[in-house]
Amino acid sequence: MHSVLTRGNTVLAYALSVLACLTFACFLSTVFLDYVTNANINTVKVVVKNVPDYSASREKNDLGYLTFNLQADLTHLFNWNVKQLFLYLTAEYKTTNNELNQVVLWDKIILRGENAVLDYKNMNTKYYFWDDGNGLRANENVTLSLSWNIIPNAGLLPNIVATGSHSFKFPSEYTTYRV
Amino acid sequence: MLFAMFDEVKRMNKRQFLYQVLSFGMIVSSALMIWKGLMVVTGSESPIVVVLSGSMEPAFHRGDLLFLTNFPEEPVKVGEIVVFKVEGRDIPIVHRVLKLHEKKNGTVKFLTKGDNNSVDDRGLYAPGQLWLTKQDVVGRARGFLPYVGMVTILMNEYPKFKYAVLGCLGFYVLVHRECA
Repeated sequence: MHSVLTRGNTVLAYALSVLACLTFACFLSTVFLDYVTNANINTVKVVVKNVPDYSASREKNDLGYLTFNLQADLTHLFNWNVKQLFLYLTAEYKTTNNELNQVVLWDKIILRGENAVLDYKNMNTKYYFWDDGNGLRANENVTLSLSWNIIPNAGLLPNIVATGSHSFKFPSEYTTYRV
Repeated sequence: MLFAMFDEVKRMNKRQFLYQVLSFGMIVSSALMIWKGLMVVTGSESPIVVVLSGSMEPAFHRGDLLFLTNFPEEPVKVGEIVVFKVEGRDIPIVHRVLKLHEKKNGTVKFLTKGDNNSVDDRGLYAPGQLWLTKQDVVGRARGFLPYVGMVTILMNEYPKFKYAVLGCLGFYVLVHRECA
């Protein structure tokens, strides 16, 4: 019995299994690749203010303000199973309140085919650098690092930290003038 | 053709019919076992989710499939994509962690944002809620498969289509006999 229905069913099932196999092969071909590379990060201007955080508790919290330089060439990270890179610049530090603080200051989406050579001078942060309390003033060790989350066509979603981070300290006095 | 199928059911004897019902039960129970097994292995209460909104575009579109894990020993980190539940909302949200503060006693609070949204998620959280904690997290996105979830979106949006598909499949499994 070879009705239209059974023929259609067979063709569809075969097409789907071929697609599934190809997708799996695509995933396998890139799963063991190393996506780590180097990034150059530097801070230009660093100040800290103490102002009420109206987006959260309305209490006075430390607000860091900085501009940074960033150089990295991510072109070679792209292959046929990388649809997009989600770059993010993280500030990591320790305060008396919290053992670990991680704040993303800036992010960028790079799709495959777009320019992946980063060269930024004196960039402003994209997000406010609010601390959870008053731990930024005179903070001795804040580490900036660049990471990326790889979005594949099909496969794993690894988060990779670039080699080359930058540590800086905040000034010991609050700034009162506008920045 | 439908009548022919019904005729076939009539022609079956009791044993054959019972066998068909049992094999139908096998399919349903093995699907359930796979789902529950995945829950144990990944530690997440729903190890596979379908993306329902465009708030993470261009990374995830509507109908993409995400595989989640939720191992308690792995700390949540900034930059990870988490799936979380908010009180008063039925559907879990898939967004990225942008801020995280961990106290000395190990309690963690974090703030999320969708890649395609211009503001953070405080407006989406329950009234008065400023941070997410570990209890809100359903899982962390670990794997990605495009388009496959489109089927479930279709089924949820057109319930008649769902019942038609389920009915046809059930009927087919009950009636179908391997031709010798």
